Order: sequence, then C-alpha cells, then structure tokens
Amino acid sequence: MRRSMLFIPGNNPSMIQNAPVLGADSIILDLEDAVSIDEKDSARYLVRNALLEIDFSGCERVVRINSIGTNFGYDDIDVIGRVKPDALIIPKATEEAVEEVDDLLSAIEREEGFKLGSIKIIPLIETAIGLEDVFNIVKSSKRVVAVLLGAEDLTADMEIKRTKEGEEIFYARSKVVSVCKALKVDAIDTPFTDVNDFEGLRKDSEKAKLIGMTGKAAINPRQIDIINEVFSPSKDDIEWAKRVILAYEEAQREGKGVFSLDGKMVDAPILQRAKNIIEKAKAIGLIKG
Amino acid sequence: MINAVKREIPEYIEGYGKVKPFMGAYANYGEVTRTSIKLKSVKPGENKILSSIKEALLKCDIKDGMTVSFHHHLRNGDYVLNMVLEEIAKLGVKDITVAASSIFPCHAPMVEHIKNGVVTKIYTNYMSGPVAEAVSKGLLKYPAIMHTHGGRARAIESGDLHIDIAFIAAPTCDTYGNINGVEGKSACGSLGYAIPDAMYADKVVAVTDNLVDYPACPIEISQEYVDYIVKVDEIGDPKGIVSGTTRITKDPVGLKIAKLAAQLIDESGLLKDGFSFQTGAGGTSLAVAAYVKDIMKRKNIKGSFAAGGITGYIVEMFEEGLFRVLFDVQCFDLKAVESYKNNRAHQGMSASMYGNPHNKGAVVNNLDVMILGATEIDTDFNVNVTTGSNGVIMGGSGGHSDTAAGSKLSIVVTQLTKARLPIIVDSVTTVTTPGETIDAVVTERGIAINPRRTDLLEKLKDSNLPLYSIEELKAMAEKLTGVPEKIEFEDKIVAVVEYRDGSVIDVLRQVR
Repeated sequence: MRRSMLFIPGNNPSMIQNAPVLGADSIILDLEDAVSIDEKDSARYLVRNALLEIDFSGCERVVRINSIGTNFGYDDIDVIGRVKPDALIIPKATEEAVEEVDDLLSAIEREEGFKLGSIKIIPLIETAIGLEDVFNIVKSSKRVVAVLLGAEDLTADMEIKRTKEGEEIFYARSKVVSVCKALKVDAIDTPFTDVNDFEGLRKDSEKAKLIGMTGKAAINPRQIDIINEVFSPSKDDIEWAKRVILAYEEAQREGKGVFSLDGKMVDAPILQRAKNIIEKAKAIGLIKG
Repeated sequence: MINAVKREIPEYIEGYGKVKPFMGAYANYGEVTRTSIKLKSVKPGENKILSSIKEALLKCDIKDGMTVSFHHHLRNGDYVLNMVLEEIAKLGVKDITVAASSIFPCHAPMVEHIKNGVVTKIYTNYMSGPVAEAVSKGLLKYPAIMHTHGGRARAIESGDLHIDIAFIAAPTCDTYGNINGVEGKSACGSLGYAIPDAMYADKVVAVTDNLVDYPACPIEISQEYVDYIVKVDEIGDPKGIVSGTTRITKDPVGLKIAKLAAQLIDESGLLKDGFSFQTGAGGTSLAVAAYVKDIMKRKNIKGSFAAGGITGYIVEMFEEGLFRVLFDVQCFDLKAVESYKNNRAHQGMSASMYGNPHNKGAVVNNLDVMILGATEIDTDFNVNVTTGSNGVIMGGSGGHSDTAAGSKLSIVVTQLTKARLPIIVDSVTTVTTPGETIDAVVTERGIAINPRRTDLLEKLKDSNLPLYSIEELKAMAEKLTGVPEKIEFEDKIVAVVEYRDGSVIDVLRQVR
C-alpha cells in the first residue's frame, strides 16, 4: 500500500534515522534533486548503510536514483541495488531507461543471489515525452509497481505555469491514472509544494483521489497525516463496502446471480471495489480481521 | 547509606550538614511546623524609599554569612541579582549565600563572586550557564542545594532556608511597597515564586524601574511585607524576560511524540469534563497541548484548569473555553502577561500554593495530567533533568518533581535518542524525580507505562497505542546509538539534590 510516499534527503542522517516513525507508507531516500553534486558519493553510501542498518519498521524502502544519463545513476544502481531496496525511482523515466535499469538490476540480483525481479521500479513521469509514452514505460518491465507523477518538472518541460489549483495537470493526472488502472499498478500523485498550506494540501489530495490516484508523494513529514487520511477509505466507504459484501453473501446463499443494494444493481466491478476497500481498511488497521 | 532510589548518599556532607535520606515520594506527609517571622514594624510617616541598592544593603545590616534571595520571573533578562551582588562585593562583604529560585546564563558575573569568596553557597531550583558550570567544576566553597519549586517554598516556610534579605524584582511598585508584575516596561506577569521570599524573609527590598504613586493596582505582593524600595533605571532586559510568542514545534519527530502523548491522555480516561492539565513551554510539550485541544474540541470537553508557567497557547485554550481557570506562577510570553492582567479567571498562585508538599494542599495535587521533559530516564523510571550528558549541571527540577508527584498521570515526552545518545539508560546520572511518580514515557518509537501503574496498563490493554516495556525502548535506542561510556566524576560533592520534602534524593560530584 502506498498512500503516502515521503521524500527524505539522502544526505541527512538524522532525518533518515527518524524516517520510519513518521507514518508514511513508503520512504523515498533521495539521491537526486535533494543532493548537491559534491555530496553525491557520500549520500549514496549513507543511504546504502541506512538500508543495511536501520529498521524501517515495515515502511517500503525506496531510493530515487540519479538519471542513468549521468555516471551518478549507474553508481547509484550498483551500490544501492546490492543492499536490496524495495524499489528504485527512475527520474525522467523513458522506456529505454526502465529497460536498462531492469537489466542492471537483474545482473545484480543474480550476482548477489537475490530473487530475480525482487527489486521493484517506480518510473517518475516528469517530461512530456514520458507522459505520452507512459503506457509503454510501465509495460517495459515487470518490476514496475507504481507510477509517480512529477508535476514540477513536467510543467517546466511543457512551458506552462504550475498553480496550486492544478488545472494545468488535469490531463497528466488523468493519463497516468488511466494507464495505471489498465496495467494494475499504483498511481502516485505529485507532491504539494507549499508545506505550510494544509488546507491546500487536503484539497489537492482530494482532487487527485477523485480522479483515481491511489497515493501521493510528500516532501514534508507534516503532510503525511492528511495524505494518509485522504487516501484511506472513509468510514462511509467502509460501511458501504461491508453492506455490499453482506448483500453479496446473502445473494449467494439464496442462489441469486445478480442482486441489488439500496435499489441499485451490484455487479462484479462494484463488488470488487467493495472488497478492495475492506482489504485496504484491514491493512491500515481501520478494521480488525 | 542507600536511599529509596538506590543512591549512595553520605550521612553527613561538609558544608551541608546531616543528611535526611529520600525515603519515597509520599513518605513525609503529616504534621509540620512553620517558622516564625521577625520583622521591624513601620510607624506612620516613615519613608520606605531609598536612593540605592547600597543604601538598602546598609539599612538591612548586610554582613558576612548572610543569605540573600532572588526570584526568576525576569529569567535570562534579569539585572537585579547581578546589581545586588556587585554592591555586596564592593562593600567587602564575604561568605554570602545566594538563594535564587533559578539561575540563568545572564548571571555569569556571579562566577567571579564565587571565585573571590563573596558567594560561597547557593540554593536554587534550576541553573544553567556559567554559574552552573562553575558549580560543577567545584568552584563553589560549599555544595549548592538544588530544590524543587514547591520544595523551595517548603524550605522557606519551615525555616530550613532562612532568608536575611529578599530582593524582589518589581516591574511596578508604589511608594509604600505594593508590587505587581503586569505594568511597566519590565512587565513579566505573575510573581508567584517571589511570594514565599516576601512573606518569610527578615528584610524585603523591592527593586523597581517603575515607581508609581500610592496605591498601585493590582497588588500582588503587598506593602505589609516590604521594608524598602529602590528605584533603578532598569531591572531587566525585556528581550530576555518574556518571548514574543512561544511556538509549537515543527519538528516532525516532536510532533509524532506529542500526538502519541495526546492519544495516551485520551485513552487514559482522564480527558473528560473537569480535566486539568499542565505542560511546559517547550515545543514538544506545547504540541501535546495542541493535540489535546483538538480532542477536547472534537469531544466538546470543558476542562477545569491549566496550571504552571503559562504560555500564550494555554491562554488561547482558556479563551476558547476549554479551561475555566488558569493558575499562573510565571508567565512565559507576552500573551500570557496580557491575559493575566485582564482576566480574573487567570489567577496567580504562589510557589507554595503551586507545589509545596507541606501546606494544606498544593495545586499540583489536583492535576490530572502533567507533561514533563527528561535529559535521561532509567529503567526504574527515575528522571534526570539536572545534569547533561557530560555530567555538568544544565537545569534542575523546577516544578518537575512537584507536578510528577501530584498529578494522576505524569507523562515524560522525549526523543528516544538525542545528539547520538540514548535517553533511556540503566541508571540516570542524577535522580531529579523518582520513578515512582512517573507514569509513562512517550517517545517517537513507542510508549512505556510504569509497571507500578497496573490500573493504567489494564485500561490500555486493548488500545492501538505502541506499548513496550521500558527495557524494550532502551534496547531500541541502544540499537541506534550503542551504549555510551559512563561519565567519570571526582569524589568532591558539588551539589545536593533535595526532594520536595527536604530529603536528599541524590548528590552531584565534581566533573573531571
């Protein structure tokens, strides 16, 4: 589950050490934008050692590597891949880059004796070409488990103004969601960059959820509670899902193929949605069982 | 001998006297005696106003071996203590005992007076900065005596601490000695810590930078206690007296701790109508208040009172109707001063009313929940807020031990590690507050409940709180930091830590 994915600078030992307690589902240890050129080497080894030594208490451990268009990117994969992170984020992802990272990871997994395909990939879609090719990018590796939308770089690439309201990224969000749903991977929304505007964060998260995003990246730990709340099933959702499942079980007992709830027909996709809500609520601990 | 917190304490300490060992937090209640007071009555027509501190000292017959007292409402902006000691030194007087409710970095000039024998003994509830370092290095002739806020009031009232001359830093004083802290350029709000000094000292001198016509209004310390009045240009630096605002932490780890603490309070069953609460002015403690406020509003809970040093944040909760009354011994910021001045339900309290175990019932006895800090806490839940990781004095109980003993639920909030050191240890360097009075420790990685609180453990058994034993929390901390080496000390005792009842809970030795 990836409701919230928190970026932590890869060169900040105290933040890395405390990352597991902040409540995010995933921690993204960042070797790219958060780390200046002269700290790339030290940050890489700091992140490596953190992955080896720190108990991340069940948080997904993700590392954003540098672009493999640079030497840093190859070094990142070689050093970080060998300590088996849960996933790597590939910046400015293209189909070729994802395929190349997949090959490099396969080689490392063979050398290190890891299960093949155990290190996952999350492409970061932050260019116009990446956005238009997102279907092929996700299809290019079985390691891909989610897509992260990066709206800051994307809007820069498209030469459009980034706003708090986010109307300018409606298409990008919709495209990413559509592809992710089609290919059954998570769709992770771009971070909300005003770290002191919590009302704005809530609205932005709700907007993303409304069109199908399954989670959201955070750039400040104080954003996590709101993101988790928005991307968790609500009490009403859970109640509805329980009622759907009860009605389904009753229909099964009575041998009915189709059934209705509150006067509305319940078909297979609705039943599946209800099951997903219950599963998610259980995983978060909102309901026991 | 070994006291009730397993500390090896001498039976007699040179420069302190015979030791009464700590026997437990609730061992010394019962019949007590207050000391009698000697005073010089004032005839009609007598003038109390003197021209200088020097004249006041001479009028009070200052001489070698006397005890002079000060209060700390002007905090790190206080000028009065330094001005008085400078005059004492100029008069050639030696062997003075300074009884200051707290000592701050601004009191650095006292170090010279310690070195040259003007000051040879100190009583205080809290000290940080150069004076604290000088004491730790063994420069003070006799051991310093560290009280609690309530314990100091007890010591004064019982006669254990006899004050020859009390100096009251008075933000406003009238020409006959009526004092308040809410008017004047050095306004600091409540003067609660100064009240026992004013009531029990042989002589009381008000030092003010705002001398007003008789009578001042309001009156917090009245003319019946004040012998002399000295007008000076400034009693303190407003920048160091109160901060503009006290802020909730933005540190995500501090916020996580605060959120867990608020959840614990909620699940303890104490958060209901009539709830009473105290927290310090630190960022994490204030964040606990913020989360508690959210719960109170959501559940429409009306509390009875909040107490202690009062911050603007607590005032906001009070103004929103979440507490009916505030008990204020010291204002921490300008918003608190303003509220104390204008709202009758924002009431002052003396240090004795706040935390003295030997009066007819202190405010701490009625506290439901107290939020406390710690520099170290051990697996017996004993807390150190007196010495730092290098063994040097950097604080003291203040109201820590008083509120821990009085409250129904005392919660220590702390990061599991600080500056690469574990906070939970096998045995604290200094015991400030005994573990029997600490109910819970809340860290970012989990909560430990004192096993003595079987009732609380039972109440929480079905909760979602991350509960661990204190040993498990210690192991988590050590996994991150390793186990630090023990600090080495010399044999010389440099300070005696008195519990609130006057028994000795620990001694501090000279640092190497």
